[in-house]
Order: sequence, then C-alpha cells, then structure tokens
Amino acid sequence: MTTTEKPQEFNVVGTRPIRHDGVDKVLGRALYGADIRLASMIYGAVLRSPHAHAKITRIDTSKAEAMPGVFAVMSGKDMPLVASGALDLGETVDDTAFTSDRIMAHSKVVYKGHPVAAVAAIDSNTGLEALKLIEVEYEVLKPVITLEDAMAPGAIVIHEGLIGSDLGEQVKNTNIAVHNRLEFGDPEAAFDQSKTVIERTFIISRAHQGYIEPHASTAFWAPDGKITVWTTTQAPFGVRKTISALLNQPLSNIKVTPTEIGGGFGGKIPVYLEPLAAVLSKKAGRPVKIQMDRRAVFEASGPGPGGTVKVKMGVDDKGKITAATADIRYGAGAYPGASIGAAASGIFACYEVPNVRVDSYDIVINMSKTAAYRAPGTPQATFASETLVGELCEIIGMDPMEFHLLNASKEGTRRPDGPLFPRVGNEGCLLAIKGSDHFKSTLEPSAEGKLRGRGMASGYWNGIGNKSSVTINVNEDGLVSLIEGNPDIGGTRTTIAMQAAEILGLPAEDVHPAVGDTDSIGYSDLTAGSRTTYATGTAAIEAARMVIDEMKKRVAMIWETEYENIEHIDGMFISKVAPDQKFTFKEAAGKLGQTGGPVALTGTVNVRGSGGGSFGTHLVDVEVDPDTGKVEILRYTAAQDAGKAVHPSYVEGQFQGGAVQGIGWALNEEYYTSEDGVMINSTFLDYRMPTSLDVPMIDTIIVEVPNVNHPFGVRGIGETSIVPPAPAVANALADAIGARLYQTPMNPGRILEALAAKQSGK
Amino acid sequence: MAIVFLPMPIRRRIGGEPSLVVEGATLREVINNLEEHIPGIREELIDSELEDRVIRTISAIIDGEAADMGLRTTVGKDSEVHFLPAIAGGAPKLMPLNHRNEDR
Amino acid sequence: MTQIPEQQFVHKVPVQCTLNGQSTEFLAAPYLSLLEILRETLGLTGTKEGCNDGNCGACTVNVDGRIVDSCLMLGVEAQGKNIETIEGVAPAGGLHPLQQAFLEEAALQCGICTPGFLVSAKALLEAEPNADEHRIRLWLAGNLCRCTGYDKIIRAVEKAREEMK
Repeated sequence: MTTTEKPQEFNVVGTRPIRHDGVDKVLGRALYGADIRLASMIYGAVLRSPHAHAKITRIDTSKAEAMPGVFAVMSGKDMPLVASGALDLGETVDDTAFTSDRIMAHSKVVYKGHPVAAVAAIDSNTGLEALKLIEVEYEVLKPVITLEDAMAPGAIVIHEGLIGSDLGEQVKNTNIAVHNRLEFGDPEAAFDQSKTVIERTFIISRAHQGYIEPHASTAFWAPDGKITVWTTTQAPFGVRKTISALLNQPLSNIKVTPTEIGGGFGGKIPVYLEPLAAVLSKKAGRPVKIQMDRRAVFEASGPGPGGTVKVKMGVDDKGKITAATADIRYGAGAYPGASIGAAASGIFACYEVPNVRVDSYDIVINMSKTAAYRAPGTPQATFASETLVGELCEIIGMDPMEFHLLNASKEGTRRPDGPLFPRVGNEGCLLAIKGSDHFKSTLEPSAEGKLRGRGMASGYWNGIGNKSSVTINVNEDGLVSLIEGNPDIGGTRTTIAMQAAEILGLPAEDVHPAVGDTDSIGYSDLTAGSRTTYATGTAAIEAARMVIDEMKKRVAMIWETEYENIEHIDGMFISKVAPDQKFTFKEAAGKLGQTGGPVALTGTVNVRGSGGGSFGTHLVDVEVDPDTGKVEILRYTAAQDAGKAVHPSYVEGQFQGGAVQGIGWALNEEYYTSEDGVMINSTFLDYRMPTSLDVPMIDTIIVEVPNVNHPFGVRGIGETSIVPPAPAVANALADAIGARLYQTPMNPGRILEALAAKQSGK
Repeated sequence: MAIVFLPMPIRRRIGGEPSLVVEGATLREVINNLEEHIPGIREELIDSELEDRVIRTISAIIDGEAADMGLRTTVGKDSEVHFLPAIAGGAPKLMPLNHRNEDR
Repeated sequence: MTQIPEQQFVHKVPVQCTLNGQSTEFLAAPYLSLLEILRETLGLTGTKEGCNDGNCGACTVNVDGRIVDSCLMLGVEAQGKNIETIEGVAPAGGLHPLQQAFLEEAALQCGICTPGFLVSAKALLEAEPNADEHRIRLWLAGNLCRCTGYDKIIRAVEKAREEMK
C-alpha cells in the first residue's frame, strides 16, 4: 500500500527496474574489497594487542624481518607523528592524532585488538607465521570497561592528554570527553504540574553492524610518491583525506578506488587498514593487501555504542506531554566520539515536548572505538523513550496509538535541539499503521499456552545532505554513462541513475551508472546519513538538467535556429518556430558530431540538510514460550516516510533490513565482555544475528510526504528503520508477559527472570 | 533581524536566556553582531584556519538546514539560527602532540 | 634494496576434481582450505569469505550435491569431487532462474552474501522442487544476510521455484 499526497507525474521514478550492477552480483563477478588481485601483490597481516589497556615497553621485529617470505614489517614508529587536529569526514569530525593512534598503537594500547605491528609477506599464512616472531612486551594496566568505572571520581584515566568538555568548561584528567545539554522551558516546574510523571533507566548493549564482508584494503605506494588504494569503504574521499593527514602526503597524490562494498551500516566510514597497507607497500615496493578476519572485525572495528539512558516524562490529565528529560551516557570506546549529538536530538523527536532537557555524555572506555551504526546513537536512545511511553500508556490507561497521535511532532514543532520541523511524515506513518490490516486484526491467543503480545513504536532519523558530484557523458548512440562518487551499498547506482533518467527522458536502463575513483569524479561526501539517493540524486538531477540545456543549444545549431526556440517537453526536443521539427534524446545525441565537442557535464551540489528527515512507525506481534523464554516474531509491519520512493523495492528492502537488524539488537545481540575487556562472543556463532528462520516476512507501508528540499520530494530512508524495532518488541513483550524489560538484549534469560519476578510478586 | 538560539554553555554566560535577537543578513554578520552581546563569541565560533565557516565541532543551522555557504549563508528577516553540536557529539579538545608518543 | 630471505616451500599435493563441469587440476598446500584454493589459486573470487569459521555461508559451494562451507573443507579433500561454485550456476550466455528472480525481486542489497544464497537455494530446489516458505527459511538459515531482512530473498526463491516447475 502506498499513500500519496500531491503527486508529481513521473515516468521513471517510482518504477522498479533491475539494478544496473545486478547481473555482475548474481554471477559472482562483482569485485569486493578482498577480491583485488594485482601483479606481484603481497599480503599483509596485523599483530593485535591481547590486552585492553597496557603500555608497550618493547617491540622487537627483527626475527620477523629475517623470516623467509617476509617483505616488510612495521610498527608505530613507522607512522609519522601527526599533531592533534580536526579530521572532517563529512558527517563526523575525528581527531588526526587519535586516529593515528587508533590505527597503530604508539606507546600504549587502549583496546583488545589494537594493532601494534604489521607484516607483508608472500602469502597470508606466511604473514601469520611472521606475526608470531614479533616480540612485544607489555606493562599491563587495569582496563576501564564499565561506564561507572570510567566516570567514578579518581577513575583510571585512559588518555592523560584528553581535555574533556563539561558544558563548555575544560576538564583535565577525565574519561568524560563531552557532556552536552539541550534545554528549552522549565521541565522541573512542568513535572510539578503534571498529572502523571514516570522515570526509568534503560541499559542498551553495544552492538555490531554485522556486515558480512570483513574490512579489506590494498595499497600501492609508487616510487614517484603516488599512492593508489583499493578498499571497501563508505567514504573514498574520507579515506583519501585520512591517509593524507596521517601519512603527511599530498592529498592529490592519493587515489582511492572504492571496490564493491559488502555492507557497511556506518562501520565502513572509519579508516583501519589503508594507511598500514600503504606504509608496508612503500617498504616492500609491492602492492599490499590486508584483510581483517571476523574476530578482528568484532574486536577492533567500531560497533554502535552501548550505555545507559535515563528518561523522565510527564503528562497532563488528557495524556498530553508536559515535559521530558533524558540523561544519555554512551561508551565511545577507546577514543571520544560516540554519537551523542544525534541521540540527544532524536530521543524526543517524535513528540511535541514543551519543556525538555537532554544531557548527553561521551565516555572513553578500554574497548574499540565505536563507529556510526545506522541512525547512530538513536536506536539506543529511542529504545528508552519509546519503551517508557509504552509503560506510561499502561499507567494512564491510554491506547499508545492515540497517545502518539495526540502528541505527534509535526510541521512547526520544535525539536529538542531547537530547529523547527518542516513538513514531515510522523503523523502519516502513525495513520498508515492505524489503517493497516495488521493493526485492525485481532491477535489470537496461542493454542499451546504460549504468551502473545502486540507492541508499537515510532522512530526518527534526520540524516544529512552535503556535497556530491555526478558526471553525465552523452554517448553517440543516445545512451548516457553516469559517474558518481558514492559507493553503492544497496542499489544507489540505480536510484541515482533513475533520477537522471527522469530528467533526460530516458528509460532507467539507458543510463549506465558507475562509481568513480577519487581522481575520476568530483568530491563527494560519504555514503552515509541516508544521503546518497537524496543528495547525490540531487546532483544527478542537476547534471541531467545541464545536459538537457546543452543539448538544446546543440539542437538549435542543427536546426539553424536560436536556443530560445528550442523546448524540451516529455523527453522531446521541439522547435517552437517549426513544430514538425522534433528529436528524441537519442536522435539528438546521434547528431552531436558537428555541433562542437562532446556533451559531458558535471553537476555538483552542497545540499542543505535533509528536509526534516524520515519518521517511521513499526508494529509487531510476538509470542513468548514461558518455559524457555524464547521469542518468536509472529507478524511485523513497518511504515516509513520516503518522501517519494525512487525505487520502491529498494525502499521496502531498507525498511525490512533495518527492522530485522533492530530485532537482532532487541533480542540477541550484545558484546559479552570479560572483566579484562575481552569480547567473548567474537564469532557469528556466538554473536547471534537473525537468520532467515528467526523472522517472518516484514510487511511495509511506504508513506510519501514530499521533501521540500528535493526536486522530486525524495527523502533519505536508509537509517530510520532500525530505530523503532527494539522498543516495539519491548512493548510487545510487556503486552505478552505482563512485565517490563529495561535492558537489551531481551534474551530468554532476562525474559524468564522477568516472568519469575512477576510470579513472585517482585 | 534573526533569532539566535545558543548552546547551553553560552546561554549560561548571558543569564540562561535560550535565544537572542540579532541583526544581520549573513551568518557572518549575525556572529559579528552577537559579539556585542557576548564578547569573545566570534573567536569561539569561527574556524580560525578557514575563516569562512564555523568550527568543525559545531553545525550552524539556519531555518532547520545546515549553513551550506558557511559564514556567507544568507539569514532572512525572521530566520532562526541554531548552533548545534556536530553529529558525533563533537570531538573534544585534544591532547597536544608532546603528550602522546612520549615513550617513542 | 632489501634482500628477501629465501622461502622454503611446503610440499604441495596435486588434486584433480570437476569444477563447474570442467576437469580441473591444481596443486594445494595441505593446510589450505578449499575457499583459499578457489579464491587465491584458481582466481574464482565469486565465493566470498565472511567469517572463515563456518557460520555465515558466504563461501557456500556445492560438493557432490551437498552444500558445504568451503572455508571448513581442505583443498586436498576436493580430490575426485564434483564441485560447483557461483561461477558455475548460470548456463552459458544466460542466467539461472534463481539469479533472474533475485534481480527481479531486489533480493540483494550489498550483494556479498548473494553467491552463497544462490548456491544454497539451487541445491534446495534441485532436492525439493516444492519447498515451501518454512523449508526455504530452514534450508537457508546457514546463510547470513544483514541487509535484506530475508523477505525478498525468500520471495525470490519462491518465484524461481515456480519458474523451474
């Protein structure tokens, strides 16, 4: 079902063509990060710290260097000293010195799996053997793993040089990198006036993106100083900038070719292996490929942060929200940068809250530095706020759907961080769910004595716009090639090409899109922030409009008339002065030979913001086995605002994929960590992600409230879908078992505990 | 004339007011005029290297959208200007070079 | 120039098998997995490494009619076997009905798990031409996909099942 308002007419947008890169991918021919094979290429391997926190007192690599088949060995001393400074990666800002330290330890290791040395050898097994010959002596320090330990007075300080910011005041000797606050109105006074006030604390597990392709990078550092990199990344221009900053090399000497990318979800924004491969390549004089194994991906790449979220909300006698406050504390990992900003702006975004305060803390602990994970920071915060709303509705005896509708944020509502919403789809998603067959159906009790329940939750992700470039080349057969700079993780080549095709008056199949390297396409910000179809699509529209304008000039030359006399209507070039003169795009393209040079034009944009972001509402039915605590997802419906769905199949796919990823976080996924800071479940067997047997079909409803910022009304939609699942499941579980869980994962053990506590009367 | 919403640390310095009304047709003019109300704010907000954008850890938001032209971005008569932490929460002040690698 | 020490070579074992319908011979160091042989020795990079411990199914191949995680089988164990990889799924010049259905149903997003799913699903439909949704979900539970939530993959297999009848 699709609900559409004020429809624009489209020929290509809204259809479901086969993706352009699809045949290569079903044939197994598409080349991903690990598939790069170059002449005389050798293989890198990384020695990682077994300790979460230790000083490195000695590294001796001489035996490894002497081993047959080993071409190069490196350690921290082979990385240039770089000063602290801002490393602007488009969506996030990192620090150069911290990034250098994170990629290869210098004097201290601060997380289990922290690289301390690396080798390049004739094959990967030789490399692994060589790692065993590297001698490293550590002075083991007590690791700081929990937020309580990290924040306690007199806590062991992980980075002595870190200067924290507590509401703008500088703080030394701290693990609390940032404490921010958002505030409007007077929440305390409003709580005093409220009919009902509820406060709960939630604990959310650190969880990994779980992309199936491990990180893999290949680099060749040529004798002339040119560095060529092939890597699986969401941010080829970010990789270029990071290598330039960390290795002190001119930006333009570095060419980054993004390979096909086997999933990212934010986790392939940071740089891990590329500078190491480059340094080893310079030493060895050969191209060097490094792959992470799965354990390294879990232990040493960046999952989404875990932490605690305390939420308080008050309502009046009609159920209208009077005030809300939150205290969000995330464990950033070994360097600052948990996504607390987005968490704070998103936690109450679904509601009109007249009095609000959100405190947020970015806390350093001895685990790998977290990274963006799909709607960074927001699923954790929303698990708290939406589960609290579910319980609040129970207490005041109000239907959650009516509560949401009564309090829904809409055009003109002020978000907790200040800005006013433009036209957005929050109410549209609620009404879409309210009108769904699923919502109207009755959940039948189980015949086998199992416990069934239904729950709902909403969620929000703002997303970003930013910079993109798209080049369109008109070929003499009337088809066009299109080059863009955003790695294609989920069909964006096609959604970008479709937007160009719409303007050009061509079928989607006649636009041949490719992802360019950093030398062949203009600067493009990363594939993240739900920006690719939206912002790079805007660049494609811009480029297509430039092409049409240029073609009108060329057609005027062919017809020996003035440019002003040429119109482009319904894909046809038409002469105003001689109405029988008409060219299709293909006809015109075939006649360009004698009209000047080729038509090859680039559209560039810096898109302002997201146009209000994308809201979603999810509805779920669960069944709990009271004997084992196992949860079955019986039925699931996800509604979300897409603005205008460019390729509805891939929009549905984003809704479905985010829902199942969120179900995994809700029910199973966590970092099970020892006191020493070692992740114990660092395999796919133990880090149990949902399989095909764990979930049902995921029904989708595409809501279309046009985005005022985009010519076709398109919204970025990739991230919102992971925000509502955990609280929707939590609310359904509460409905099923009659008790509430305040911690993810809501696994069988916790469910049985909650059932037992309920039976014993708490 | 724009209404400028201030981040919490700065609000505290002007007695807790969440916003100020300030003249200015561009973001640069707004920040320059803000300086009269809050001495030192210009230096805190503007990137000293590039001098055409706010510091990287802050996003300047005008009427709900990012200031795409940096300090040149136009501010309307009834515009709202917000200074928000960048998405990751902002990289904090960092260690000076001589604090790390001391044992190398 | 740095002198690279001479490497001592491990004795390699000649292995003969049928690979994607073709008689094939390769030399395998005895410790190499079939996955490493396929990708590094034979250049068949369509078979993917996701975990290297038999939990994700990205490296699924068909060995004598059984689906196998090729990271868990040694290359030398391929001796005398009939092996099919993703590169052998499509008929010459065309696509297998499963591949076509995966395209039409948008059953891939990033595509890294797709080869493994196709090899697994093909073995299922050959063994059970009438497999229902539950059987498909059970059979494919050894293949992890993190992008799609499985919905469109299951629909694609159901569509191919009808095509193949």
